[in-house]
Amino acid sequence: VKELFSSLGVDCNILELDQLDDGIRVQEMLTEITNQKTVPNIFVNRVHVGGCDRTFQEAAILGKRVLVLDFVVPSPQGTSWGLGGTCVNVGCIPKKLMHQAALLGQALQDSRKFGWEYNQQVKHNWSTLTEAIQNHIGSLNWSYRLSLREKGVTYVNAYGEFVDHHKIKIQQLERGSPGKLKVWAKSTEGPETMEEVYNTVLLAIGRDSCTRKLGLEKIGVKINEKNGKIPVNDTEQTNVPHVYAIGDVLEGKPELTPVAIQAGKLLARRLFGASSEKCDYMSVPTAVFTPLEYGCCGLSEEKAIEVYKKENLEVYHTLFWPLEWTIAGRDNNTCYAKIICHKPDSDRVIGFHILGPNAGEITQGFAAAMKCGLTKQLLDDTIGIHPTCGEVFTTLEITKSSGLDITQKGCG
Amino acid sequence: MAAMAAVLRGPGRRFRWRTQALAGGVRGAARGVAAGQQDYDLLVIGGGSGGLACAKEAAQLGRKVAVVDYVEPSPQGTKWGLGGTCVNVGCIPKKLMHQAALLGGMIQDAHHYGWEVAQPIRHDWRKMAEAVQNHVKSLNWGHRVQLQDRKVKYFNIKASFINEHTVCGIAKSGKETLLSADHIVIATGGRPRYPTHIEGALEYAITSDDIFWLKESPGKTLVVGASYVALECAGFLTGIGLDTTVMMRSIPLRGFDQQMSSLVMEHMESHGTQFLKGCIPTCIKRLPDGQLQVTWEDRTSGKKDTGIFDTVLWAIGRIPETRNLNLKEVGVNINPENQKIIVDAQDVTSVPHIYAIGDVAEGRPELTPTAIMAGKLLAQRLFGQSSDLMDYNNVPTTVFTPLEYGCVGLSEEEAVARHGQEHIEMVCLKKPPQLVLGLHFLGPNAGEVTQGFALGIKCGASYAQVMRTVGIHPTCSEEVVKLRISKRSGLDPTVTGC
Repeated sequence: VKELFSSLGVDCNILELDQLDDGIRVQEMLTEITNQKTVPNIFVNRVHVGGCDRTFQEAAILGKRVLVLDFVVPSPQGTSWGLGGTCVNVGCIPKKLMHQAALLGQALQDSRKFGWEYNQQVKHNWSTLTEAIQNHIGSLNWSYRLSLREKGVTYVNAYGEFVDHHKIKIQQLERGSPGKLKVWAKSTEGPETMEEVYNTVLLAIGRDSCTRKLGLEKIGVKINEKNGKIPVNDTEQTNVPHVYAIGDVLEGKPELTPVAIQAGKLLARRLFGASSEKCDYMSVPTAVFTPLEYGCCGLSEEKAIEVYKKENLEVYHTLFWPLEWTIAGRDNNTCYAKIICHKPDSDRVIGFHILGPNAGEITQGFAAAMKCGLTKQLLDDTIGIHPTCGEVFTTLEITKSSGLDITQKGCG
Repeated sequence: MAAMAAVLRGPGRRFRWRTQALAGGVRGAARGVAAGQQDYDLLVIGGGSGGLACAKEAAQLGRKVAVVDYVEPSPQGTKWGLGGTCVNVGCIPKKLMHQAALLGGMIQDAHHYGWEVAQPIRHDWRKMAEAVQNHVKSLNWGHRVQLQDRKVKYFNIKASFINEHTVCGIAKSGKETLLSADHIVIATGGRPRYPTHIEGALEYAITSDDIFWLKESPGKTLVVGASYVALECAGFLTGIGLDTTVMMRSIPLRGFDQQMSSLVMEHMESHGTQFLKGCIPTCIKRLPDGQLQVTWEDRTSGKKDTGIFDTVLWAIGRIPETRNLNLKEVGVNINPENQKIIVDAQDVTSVPHIYAIGDVAEGRPELTPTAIMAGKLLAQRLFGQSSDLMDYNNVPTTVFTPLEYGCVGLSEEEAVARHGQEHIEMVCLKKPPQLVLGLHFLGPNAGEVTQGFALGIKCGASYAQVMRTVGIHPTCSEEVVKLRISKRSGLDPTVTGC
């Protein structure tokens, strides 16, 4: 270990216990704080690293020289942003905050039914919202830069390079923000056409991988020409051995922040540490933060039928009425929960779906349970937390195959 | 005769010896009626979470079932309909008032998100109370309809045992009815405790039985107690803008993980609830203008102090409803320390065909979902072909304080007590595969977050498995699958941004 640090050019404080008068006391102390009885016992930046093996693993990470190149090509409208990627700047974070703004609008309406009284006139100010969100994102950009600096990672804000059907027409009627746009559109199923004027048209027709202008062809990295995605093996390696790919740019993997984070961490540990742990892309939970949120983990019903055949599946489902919606006067047959069970395998839960408030919060724990082999029996054996929405999964009785009515008529 | 009755009393046989309900309610007259010749297969005493679940399940299995439910008015005169504590003076109204308080917080948040709401913003207790009470009444009605649909006979009478198979029920009018059954389930639950040794306790103060049914705002309130009932009530009262004080004798949320309990309390303190710690009330007097003067003593200094409140709410625990059942007469044993009915793993009391479930039974969690499941399983064991018992391990629960606290499994204290300090790391067993023994979450929507992880624990989740689960982003619950810092490491768990 001493040689390792010397070769890395790292300055060390060395305490030789057998040469200290109270060496034994020190060793006892070390055992108490680190639960390690042996030497060498190593600390880096006051953090306990471990013994010899562990240190070699971590040093591999410590000692590596890392460069991050990040560059945001401005959108056609000219929008650009700072360090952090899609999630932080134009994805998860601003999305959830704006979703929250909308939910708060709903909460304002509900609150009157719960006894809150204030002026009927309630307006929303767009610029207050965007300013607050952009300030928050700015703070995140800043903290990422700080974090990279602290870890000794070199960051360069530069662009890196290795060397039909839905036909719509848009005409600008008025300049300005938001301006006026006239839109002509044609139905995909019949001859109908439509014509309408909007302030803003937002295209959300899918995302392209940023792989076309990286010069990948110069180094022989193959991509899927249709969608620009990069196929990799189960260790995120491309067809060029020393070139890896992770995140949204991958072929056939979920486009999600936590997946990318997990893959990135594990890849670094495999490359520079002594780890062999691969990223598990199976049963990744996710949530869609629509006004009525949708959380899910595992297979969709369609996919389950395709993979396992309908006769091998049992789908349990129910509508439910969140308690908080009762007094607010919101509909009692809107929220919905279902699980898809694989009969031959002890009714293993292979698909989990919930439509309702706080869907993400609910789904997370069930995802952990599914990773541990959740079955219908275990769900039935578990006590619900009352009153919550999540508890409906512990009392699912009606199957789709029975055809029985799941509409709620009031109370349980 | 008895042998013939036994032969005839097979499953599915409709023929049944009938006993006459005797006019005039004569005690002892029903003695000598043998088992199998009763009015009902099952009589459930108590129409709450456990009782109704048991009754409905038994009826579904084809049995003749009756439920008797009666609400003795509180000292303040509050009473309510069918459904038990949870529906009327527990979970349901509590969560709705908690939601009212949360919505107040959301109105404040809304400003930051661009919503322009003009001041003044105030809360009208009457509007909220009416909405809550109407909802509860609709649930009472729903339960009555359900019982009717399932052909369960319901009597609004106060029951007590005459003999092992017979109860006498008294209606509000005074009319008496005798009911007999092969099997009798006691599910009478509990009621809030009054400190009767404190002057004015009964006359002037209220409990959770009353708070949800008040027509007028309770105003400036003193909540005495450190239970989740105390903290939840104080929480929503503060949240809707009322001047609220909590008086505690010692620690908050006894039995819960103490680190989490302190955090819950700290949050309440920093958000407007006042706390009088280490104090006990000694007397309550009513002043001429109707306000209440409370005198209390600081246990450490011995100093006395007084304060004036509009309302005083006792939340110092609950006592089981066993006093008026005449249990001694039939030999059903209770624990003399807490008055709860002693039961075995099959929910059987000291009398073979008399059972007890829910809050009234000794050693059971005082929760609605456990009572419901116990009721269902009992019915299935008695009348179905089942032998399944309840598993009371790893029952998840949530305290709906302003900052919610959800938990499942062992508290840190319990884990250490059970496994020894050297074997515990973050309420996981240190020994591989580091089984998760307990999960504790403090934050919004704690109940929703905790439910799924309770399933994980039931599946025997290890720390590694939880860590291999990908997070859903952005949520609060993803933090659980990202837990890396152990208490043992001494590292700072403060989040510094993103």
